Amino acid sequence: MKRDPIYGMMAEFDTPTALLDAAHRTYEAGYRKIDAYSPFPVEGLAEEIGFHHDSVALVVLICGIIGGLTGYLMQYWCDAVSYPINVGGRPYNSWPAFIVITFELTILFGGISALLGMLALNGLPMPYHPVFNVPRFSSASKDRFFLIVFSSDQKYDPAGVRSFLEALQPRSISEVPS
Amino acid sequence: MNEPYKMSVETQAAPVIEPGHTFASVTDKISSIVLTRPASNGWFIGFGIAFLATMMLLYAIGYLFIRGIGIWGVTIPIGWGFAIVNFVWWIGIGHAGTLISAILLLLRQEWRNSINRFAEAMTLFAVACAGLFPLLHVGRPWLAYWLFPYPSTMGVWPQFRSPLMWDVFAVSTYATISALFWFMGLIPDFGTLRDRSTKKWIRVVYGMLAMGWRGSARHWHRYETAYLLLAGLATPLVLSVHTVVSFDFAIGIVPGWHTTIFPPYFVAGAIYSGFAMVLMLAIPIRKIYGLEDFITTRHLQNSAKVMLATGLIVAYGYGIEAFMGWYSGDRFDAFTLWNRVHGPYAPWYLSLLTCNIFIPQLLWIRKLRTSPLGLFIISFVILTGMWLERFIIVVVSLSRDFLNSSWGMYYPTRWDYMTFFGTIGMFLAAMFLFCRLLPMISIFEIRTLLPQAEGKASEAAE
Repeated sequence: MKRDPIYGMMAEFDTPTALLDAAHRTYEAGYRKIDAYSPFPVEGLAEEIGFHHDSVALVVLICGIIGGLTGYLMQYWCDAVSYPINVGGRPYNSWPAFIVITFELTILFGGISALLGMLALNGLPMPYHPVFNVPRFSSASKDRFFLIVFSSDQKYDPAGVRSFLEALQPRSISEVPS
Repeated sequence: MNEPYKMSVETQAAPVIEPGHTFASVTDKISSIVLTRPASNGWFIGFGIAFLATMMLLYAIGYLFIRGIGIWGVTIPIGWGFAIVNFVWWIGIGHAGTLISAILLLLRQEWRNSINRFAEAMTLFAVACAGLFPLLHVGRPWLAYWLFPYPSTMGVWPQFRSPLMWDVFAVSTYATISALFWFMGLIPDFGTLRDRSTKKWIRVVYGMLAMGWRGSARHWHRYETAYLLLAGLATPLVLSVHTVVSFDFAIGIVPGWHTTIFPPYFVAGAIYSGFAMVLMLAIPIRKIYGLEDFITTRHLQNSAKVMLATGLIVAYGYGIEAFMGWYSGDRFDAFTLWNRVHGPYAPWYLSLLTCNIFIPQLLWIRKLRTSPLGLFIISFVILTGMWLERFIIVVVSLSRDFLNSSWGMYYPTRWDYMTFFGTIGMFLAAMFLFCRLLPMISIFEIRTLLPQAEGKASEAAE
């Protein structure tokens, strides 16, 4: 399938409030393939574009549990199965002494999965992305707020989307080449 | 009538960020330090000195590799010496960075947004310095990988019931998580630097580090979840690390070590010394780079209050040690106490009490808590005191244990001093580089502190 030469239509706003409002109205108008960009996390913005739950927490929970099991079973296997050593007459499976490393590996696995899980779910690293084709978009990491309607949206038609976005009174509108 | 009003003005805290800033102004101010501000002569001189000290460290380590740890003052009965003193000191310093970035995030202390970035950098470099010492102290550093459980041809495994093994896992987990946390906080700011830079190659470097970050609402959503979870994981971690470090002592039976007060009092002492280091770095940095708008008197004052509180916990720890020495009826514990005050290391112990307990009480004075110079000096005193504390714990206890026949004294050599001051040089050199290469204040978190960052959901939403 040939890629659409146009990636979407982008509008630029001055304040987080304006972006929240615009995102809300765009979603209300029935556009579903949309995204919003801001230089810092804006509370409630993800919800306005119809994104409610992420699965980062689930990833971290699973990896944390795996880490804890790994920690305990590793120590049990090493010190009680593979090469049992008698230290001061303590049982081979001396679980109180194994707690610390079990805990540390829980944290280690959970922590690594939090970063890597976040990156993977976000699709990062991503060397190329069409939004960067818009010169004004460099302010998205400084002081401007952007809203985009992707051309893959079912309701997308260039003229219609442009006039809809204009009604939101943005600072500028640009077509995003892909 | 006027009295209550006057009171409220006087007790009003300084703002976390000076008024009048916009998203653009904070971005430009912080990113310009990295992107456009030329390195001053002062920077080159400071970095040069730190770099020379790092070279001295390498020299000391190189000689150690050739001759072995016999060049240090460690011997029987004092087998731990400077290496462990410095290890505990450095790792304690790191704890304040994690406290600021993780615990204060969970407690919604927004003032931490201006100091968390360089406090985390401080953590990372301090842990790197700390990690060197046990590594060198094992005697054959090239075999240090034996500490990890890997399937070896010898068929044996580490002894997991030993607190020293716990320490290996605690410290290496701590170093890893601190690095992840720091890097994660930097990702959006890398994006800012990528978009602000004018030179192509700088753009490419920061662009690669930013990994294509574009500030999408979905990304921020996952980012915030992951950031909070990482903070939630780092919080018990940081408390566990110094607890485990204290187990190195407390699980042993040496008089003066074998006590249950060690874990809480080690953790408090770690945060105590860490905040002292935060202030010693923050005060010159805000002055030199003109960041008084972001690191305000409020930050200095809050840090001073944390030092005061943790300092009192440490004082309580000393008190309990003394009390238990008497109350337990254990003659060796009682002797340890007596020996600290009257033995050959008495001047060290008295300096410790002066530096850690008496002088920091000056922080009750409000004027001092708002005076950068005063805080700088007190922080130096506290850092010295905390180093002395570890010296007292490690050396004095080992020098006088159960049998008089095994008593001895500890004489550090020039190699001990070179290694210690060398790590301070390495730490400062890393901080100097950090100030020039990375945004030392978290730009995106500062933006959220501005009043205009409050996004109001529209009326249409109702």
